[in-house]
This record gives sequence, structure tokens and C-alpha cells, in this order.
Amino acid sequence: MPTTSHPSFIHATLAVVRKDLTAEFRSRELLSAMLVFSLLVILIFNFALELNVKERQSVTAGVLWTTFAFAGTLGLNRSMAVEKDRGCLDGLLLAPVDRAAIYFGKVISNLAFMFMVEAFVLPIYAALYNVNLFHPGLLLVILLGSIGYTTVGTLLASMTVQARTRDVLLPILLFPVAIPVLLSAVKASTGFLNGADMAEIWPPLNLLIVYDLIFTAVAFMVFDNVVEE
Amino acid sequence: MIEVKKLVKRFGMKTVLRGVDFRVERGEFVALLGPNGAGKTTFLRILSSLARPSLGEVKVAGYHLPHQAAQVRARLGVVSHMPLLYGDLTAQENLEFYARMYGITNYQLRITEVLELVGLEARRRDLIRTFSRGMAQRLAIGRAVLHDPEVILFDEPYTGLDQDASSMLDEVLKSVAAQGRTVVMTSHDLARAEDLATRFDILTRGVIAASTSRGSLGRYGLLKYYKETLAG
Repeated sequence: MPTTSHPSFIHATLAVVRKDLTAEFRSRELLSAMLVFSLLVILIFNFALELNVKERQSVTAGVLWTTFAFAGTLGLNRSMAVEKDRGCLDGLLLAPVDRAAIYFGKVISNLAFMFMVEAFVLPIYAALYNVNLFHPGLLLVILLGSIGYTTVGTLLASMTVQARTRDVLLPILLFPVAIPVLLSAVKASTGFLNGADMAEIWPPLNLLIVYDLIFTAVAFMVFDNVVEE
Repeated sequence: MIEVKKLVKRFGMKTVLRGVDFRVERGEFVALLGPNGAGKTTFLRILSSLARPSLGEVKVAGYHLPHQAAQVRARLGVVSHMPLLYGDLTAQENLEFYARMYGITNYQLRITEVLELVGLEARRRDLIRTFSRGMAQRLAIGRAVLHDPEVILFDEPYTGLDQDASSMLDEVLKSVAAQGRTVVMTSHDLARAEDLATRFDILTRGVIAASTSRGSLGRYGLLKYYKETLAG
């Protein structure tokens, strides 16, 4: 007979992350789609825009965040669809754990996939556009922007996964809600890439931090209601 | 063990359950029967805390739903027509994941016990996506009993199984029920329900229209009882 103890929040969160990573590294369905898609987006921009060196610098943040946002949506949709397809979302929700732990587990794994895509895109973009992207400030913006995007994206994906039109519904719901995070991320990234004064960079950076905190708190409070019928 | 009073469930303007009263004693095996759309699955989803009741009182293993849902979930196992298993994980990895989610400390030993119970010990390192429907459903039962729940809910467990797989599932179900657990099973397969259950409740038009024990069925059996209830 099994010996059971109440599973802690952290143990449950880590169990979800471990499960997601193991399944993904085995199937590579989600990551390969995200990586190929991001590569195509930056290649299309590269050939379509035909920019000189100065112009390249000015569009870099926009192109990067467009790539991250579209690839991220692809990943968010797939990551929740995997839970829904064999009824696994019910399996997760039946576990005697705080449901916020399930949400944070999904956020961490989605964030891990997003970071992998970003780590893939940055050097390729730097090589193709001949732009130096290895600026600590830019990496901080990518970290904060990805957290914000994934936090709200995972919450909305867990809502839309119930719908038949989930593939279409997620971007329609997500992009309007993620506008503040995307605009702030583009503005702060451009600031760091152009070597702007910190006084100019702080407002979008602060907005990113506040957005991350607010949506983490909102998701913590509402996830249980979002997934329950 | 399960006590439901005047349960109502509405989805928008549609009322699916219209005041269900239902009681199951410890160790009973109840077959919940009824036509499609009667509300059986909705009822089981409420008992398993996946859906909230609109009105009424629901108690499972002494805990109220939805307020004490975590306590109920710790004492409950659910098997539906979907396996609730990850195709890209092996049988062992799936059970390890659920063991962590249920806080099972000695899970290696328990997983071996469960795999032996459902007859899948030899397939523990195989991916679920290579399993047949019947094997996945047996493993789903293993997942549901992993934490040794007091109550098990089966929602149409035979859906999509062929004759051999159904017979094998019968054996697993009987051994699970024989361990003194309280079982509620929905099914359209009256012959199987009659073979397994000790009590039969018929849910139709959102209410329990009839309830009888195996001993009171009479010589014509469950099929006649079921037809008469639906006709009346």
C-alpha cells in the first residue's frame, strides 16, 4: 500500500515541469515547430526589408519581439493542446494539489521553451543582420518580456484549450492583452541597443516589471476558476 | 461515503441535473445507467470536483464539495473513456508523475504493485502511444488506484474497447472493487453493469428515476428494469 503525504506546492510545480520537459525532449514536436517558425520569420524579414546598417539597428527590437511573440503563441497553444488531447488536463486537475502549482508548472515549462527559442534566434539574427545583440540590458528585457508574455499566455491558453477553435482563439485573445508587454519590451530593447540614456529606458522597464507582477498575481487568483466547469 | 442532496447543474440556460439525490455506502458498487445526454458524465465530473454544482449539497468521503475539493481528490480515483495518460511518456514515467502529484513517497514499490495488478509489468518502459486502447485503459485504472483511493469513479470505461480488451478490463475492475473500495460506474453496457455492480441507479432527464439492488432485480434482470424505467 502506498504511503502518502500532502504534496507541496513546489514539488507539484516541479513534477509538472519535469513531465513537460521529458515529453517534449522525446517528441520535439513543440520545440521544432517553434524553432523552424522563428527561423522563417527572421529570414523573411531579412530578405523583405533589405535594410542598410543604420536601419537594421532601428528595426531589430521590433523584428525580434514579433518573432518571439508568434513563436511563443505557437508553443503556448501546443503545450495546452497536449494536456487536452488525451484528457490529461483532467488528470492534472484531479490531483490533490493547489491548482496554482499546475499553472506555475506550465508557465515554467513554457518559459523554458521560449528561452530555448530565444537562445536559438539571437545568434542567427546577429549573424544575418550583422547586429551585436549580446547586451546585458537586452537580455534582461528579454527575460522580463518573456515572463510577462508566458504568464498571461498560459492563463489564456488554459481558457481557450476548452474551445474547438483554440488555435485561432488564443492569438485573438492574447495579442490585445499582451500589447503593453510587447510595446514596453520593444521600447526598452531599442533603448539598450541604441545606447539610450537609462532615464529613457526605465519607464518601459518598470512597466514590464509591474505587468509581470500583476499578471502573476491575477493568474494565481483566477486559474482555479478558469479551469473548472 | 457519497451523499448528494438536491443537486442542480446548469450550463447557461440549460439545466442538466434537476435535483439529484444520491447516496452510496462504503464498499458499494453502484452502476449509474441512463440514456445519452441524461447527465451521467456531468454528475461524475461534479463528484470528482472537475465541475462545480449550481445548487445542492455534495459530500464525498466526508468532505464537502467544492469547498474541500483537495481532500476529496486525495481520496478519489477517476477512470474515464480517455486514459488521462501522456503518449510521449512511458508507463513507468506516467505513473511516477502521478505518484509525485499525489505525494506518494514509496512510489517505486507502489508502481510495481499497480503494474502487476493491471498486467502491464512487462510494458513498463514502453511509450503510451505504442499501447493499444485496451492496454491504455488498463493503465488508466492503474493510475486511478495508484494512491489507494477510497472511492473510484468509472465513466464509460468500456468505450472503444474490443471484446478481449473488455474481458480483460472486467477482471481488473473486479479486482479493484474487491479491495473494499466504493465504486460508481456509468455504462451503457447493461450486461457488464449487471455482472459487476451491487446496485443500479437510473439517471434520466436530470434526476435519479429509479434505484434497485441486485437482489431485487427479479428474474427478467436489469434490461427489463431499465426499459420499464425509461418508458415510465
